[in-house]
Amino acid sequence: MSINLNGVGYIHPNGMRALKDINLSIAADEQVAIIGSSGAGKTTLLKLLATSLLASSGDIQLLQHNPAQLRASTLRRLRSRIGLIHQSPPLPPRQRVVTAVLAGRLGQWTLGRACLSLCYPSDIEGARAELSQLDLADKLFARCDQLSGGQQQRIGIARVLYQQPDLMLADEPVSAMDPVLAEHTLSVLGSIARERGVPLIASLHAVELALRHFPRVIGLRAGEVLFDKAADAVSQQDLDALYVNIGLSDTAQQPAAAIANSLPNRCL
Amino acid sequence: MSVISSRARWQDPAATPRALLTLALLILLWPGLQLTEFRPQILFNAQNREVMGRFLAGFWPPETSADFLLLLGRATLETLAMATAGLVLALLLAIPLSLIATRALSISKLLSGTPSWAGRFLRYPVRLVLVVLRSIPEIVWALLFVRAVGLGPTAGVLAIAITYSGMLGKVYAEIYESVDPQPTRALLQSGSSRLAAFLYGVLPNAAQELTSYTLYRWECAVRASVIMGFVGAGGLGQMIDLSIRMFAGGEVVSILLTFLLLVLVADQISLQLRRRLA
Repeated sequence: MSINLNGVGYIHPNGMRALKDINLSIAADEQVAIIGSSGAGKTTLLKLLATSLLASSGDIQLLQHNPAQLRASTLRRLRSRIGLIHQSPPLPPRQRVVTAVLAGRLGQWTLGRACLSLCYPSDIEGARAELSQLDLADKLFARCDQLSGGQQQRIGIARVLYQQPDLMLADEPVSAMDPVLAEHTLSVLGSIARERGVPLIASLHAVELALRHFPRVIGLRAGEVLFDKAADAVSQQDLDALYVNIGLSDTAQQPAAAIANSLPNRCL
Repeated sequence: MSVISSRARWQDPAATPRALLTLALLILLWPGLQLTEFRPQILFNAQNREVMGRFLAGFWPPETSADFLLLLGRATLETLAMATAGLVLALLLAIPLSLIATRALSISKLLSGTPSWAGRFLRYPVRLVLVVLRSIPEIVWALLFVRAVGLGPTAGVLAIAITYSGMLGKVYAEIYESVDPQPTRALLQSGSSRLAAFLYGVLPNAAQELTSYTLYRWECAVRASVIMGFVGAGGLGQMIDLSIRMFAGGEVVSILLTFLLLVLVADQISLQLRRRLA
């Protein structure tokens, strides 16, 4: 098993409980979609898997390591084996696409190579190969701020592909793309994961996309796993239970009221 | 809701503190004016006007003899060299210090939101070093170094290097913190080292501001090197000092015009570089 979560919980520093008692096992050849309404804990779960957050309780095994027990240097090496595709692509606007893609391997390169590559891109062919899978090879030397939102999102994906991670995570990877492009990008992502034999775990808002492109679907609600089954076994009842609007009117307003009360003194 | 209805006249809850703060600043300004004996009307007093007039009348026409221009050229080059060498030395110290002092490269802060204790304990003393470096004015350092290494530009170079490393280090560290942390966070997230994350995540966003601030500081260093010339550190300053003592107003104006030209050139270079990096 590539990934094992055992009774994992996470509580935000402000005391809000984001995840509760999550048990999951994901194998190297699996593609898994995580669905659920906003605030259900999808992003927090991905952050735990990406080791940017450490679980408050329970036990996580990632690629045969427990991130909570690693020293800083080993943790860095583990992080370089995990690729996270961000919802809003983390690209400096003035950076060129080729540099942004090559930055995917900074965790594996020496500092000397990183410096040299800043002067002259050290692996133009490698970057071009990843971009061409996403139909963006012609943008190799464009600046990131010249691209549309959907194109930037695909640059972010190309960077993670270039990183060649042993575990691919994606947080809303197609949210800025039109339906046709989203469809196409997800199928490319899925086939690359299959080809390389690495697990792919993606959070998605669009349920149809999740059901169509991912063999296994996990439904999260209020920080708990509601269902975890094969995509063709997910019923309409499951989805209704997942997205039912319980407490949306009162729980959503409570934090807003708390902010309004603390605002007058803080905001000078 | 009750917060708003109780203050029907002031809808914006931040209005009262803002008004109070403005009032407090104005009240604080008054003793400042008293303390500095700021009385601008003295400037227009008939006697003072005449004294100043006579002083300024000696300033025209500018001195343009070949001998003087040759001297002026040499002194200008000396001043430029002093400012540039001082700034480069300052950069050598400021860049590493700014990288340690900035919170923008804290892995713990970027990933989980709270900086680690070890990082804070390391950053604080470095910030203190930067404060010490810049709190002593360069003219004091120059006086010290003139005694140590003798009259000449070396003292000026050392004085600029020390003071400016403190200023550059502090402002650089703050510029790194002001750019979008998202790219750096993503790079650290995928296992890159801090320095590599800085080069690929912070630098592309900060380059323009860093260049502009560095060039502005270079301009300041040119001015500072002139002032340090008065205490014997060579360059245009020493020349202006001599000319004033000899009541050679024409020479003073020529030197000031050179000076104006230098600042204009620095401004143009800054503008061009900013345009290129935009």
